[in-house]
Amino acid sequence: MRHGKYRFIASFLAIPLVLYVVFVVSPYAQAFYISMTDWRGFSGQQNFIGLRNYVDLASDSRFWQAMGHNGLLILVVPLVTIAFALFLAAVTTVAGRQGAVGRGGVRGSRFYQVIFFFPQVVPVVIAGVLFGFFFNPDAGLLNGVLRVVGLGWLARPWLGDPALALPSVMAVLIWGAVGFYYVLFSSAMKSVPPDVFEAAVLDGAGRLRTFWSITLPMIWDSVQVSYIYLGIMVLDGFALLQVMLPVPGGGPDGSTVVVSQYLYETAFTGGRFGYASAIGVALCLVTLLLAVAVMRLTRRQQTEY
Amino acid sequence: MTLDTSAPATAPPARPQRRARRQDTGGASTGERTLGVFTHGFLVVWAILVAVPLLWAVLTALKTDNEIFTSPWSLPAHWQFGNFARAWTTANIGTYFVNSLIVVSVSVVLVMLLGSMVAYVLARYEFPGRGIIYYGFIAGMTFPIFLALVPLFFVVQNLGMLGTYHGLILVYTAYALPFTVFFLTGFFRTLPSALAEAAMLDGCSHAGVFFRIMLPLARPGLISVGIFNFLGLWNQYLLPLVLMPDSDHYVLSQGLAVLAANQGYRSDWSALFAGLVIALLPVLAVYVVFQRRIQEGLSVGAIK
Repeated sequence: MRHGKYRFIASFLAIPLVLYVVFVVSPYAQAFYISMTDWRGFSGQQNFIGLRNYVDLASDSRFWQAMGHNGLLILVVPLVTIAFALFLAAVTTVAGRQGAVGRGGVRGSRFYQVIFFFPQVVPVVIAGVLFGFFFNPDAGLLNGVLRVVGLGWLARPWLGDPALALPSVMAVLIWGAVGFYYVLFSSAMKSVPPDVFEAAVLDGAGRLRTFWSITLPMIWDSVQVSYIYLGIMVLDGFALLQVMLPVPGGGPDGSTVVVSQYLYETAFTGGRFGYASAIGVALCLVTLLLAVAVMRLTRRQQTEY
Repeated sequence: MTLDTSAPATAPPARPQRRARRQDTGGASTGERTLGVFTHGFLVVWAILVAVPLLWAVLTALKTDNEIFTSPWSLPAHWQFGNFARAWTTANIGTYFVNSLIVVSVSVVLVMLLGSMVAYVLARYEFPGRGIIYYGFIAGMTFPIFLALVPLFFVVQNLGMLGTYHGLILVYTAYALPFTVFFLTGFFRTLPSALAEAAMLDGCSHAGVFFRIMLPLARPGLISVGIFNFLGLWNQYLLPLVLMPDSDHYVLSQGLAVLAANQGYRSDWSALFAGLVIALLPVLAVYVVFQRRIQEGLSVGAIK
């Protein structure tokens, strides 16, 4: 019986584990080693050079330019997305005063959920192509609408202007993400026990006060996790940028290049595999640091309920 | 019918309540009410912001190229359904669509089978190394794919699988495993063990219990994870970009990106937008059918 059990376990685990080790674990492990070699081109020549790639990376202006864009994205996109999502969620689930005291929600909130959430399932490439054309200076919807409503002077080549390209991309990222976090926060708010809100209302707390002192602390865990998720999503950002701005080198004057694009370019256009892997490791470290930093900085008193 | 009969029965007791509530909102002042209108306005604005670009894409797909450039915001004069035919054949969207369908559907079936096998064993059996395997899969969810990209390319190349369906399918399966295992392990733990024990006593083998009893029981969880895997893999761009260099084997996202980049030279924008709509249809269909499950599942996955 015991023997049968272990044979069964082994038979179930064997194929998936082999697949996982070959295609996932081993590439990650190799990446750390390759990042310490001078491997270039498709020749097999790779020499161990220790941390030299990392030293070069520290003084690589293009890498820091890309890092800077990632930094901006990480600062702006999650903050705006979470703010919008919290606002919309609070409006639909908590703030509506019809029904139970302090809760109940705006009529038709289910309908809004269905609409708001949809961008989350739109493939990134489709969004990229769509918004690449949406911002088109001549035929794009944005400039078209601006001209029709008499704001033609605002029309400009959004993605061709180094100052506007990155904000335009941010707008698309926010467009895609708000719905998901809206649903997430809505369900978190619904799981807060209603008597807490009733007590707040009895104590004479207004909407804003209820939101700041009750709702937000109660769902703080979800907000924290959301920041990390959004940060990781933004750190990648490769597909959207690559498709929206198909200019080689990351937008006008490299004004939108992000680390993942620089990595891809270094590896598959420049053939500098060692250096590209070092960029990958740096990106991974930044991701981990981000997660730790967010957890640390946003730690608050746990609210039990 | 049931609604009709129950309505009169509940109506009378509900009336005084409603009156009380109306007094309540009246007492809450007109300021409260204007705030309500105001906040509702935000919801409408965001709904419009979300829907308009997508509706515009559909309209654009039905226009002539000339109309696209002369009146980007108006309705098409004649609905150009021919754009879709041109996208499907001339622009190769048909080929890419079929490629995507083959790769994604086989990958989803494979990852569901292998993932549920791993998850079941991890959830239901004690054995040495269980913790290592479980956390090994969890770790796979946290690392960015970018880190693995360069070595992965050479792994696939050395196996002679570069630019093949089965190569991409195996890679998709491997990268979808961590989430699948994580989600399903949790799910299998919640299933009652009494049935499995009874079947074992009746002489059913370990594998028999899994395939005949546990797998059917786990159907709701399997469907949820299957949908996420479908959406996630249909969305995938980076992996095929690196692993599918051959344009006959392009998947849909790759094909669309190339098509978009080439429009500058060939300028058949209407066919491109028709292609976008075609690529969006399966996602839309899945969303419409399963949207409640998708929303619930995704939010649960994110909180944990």
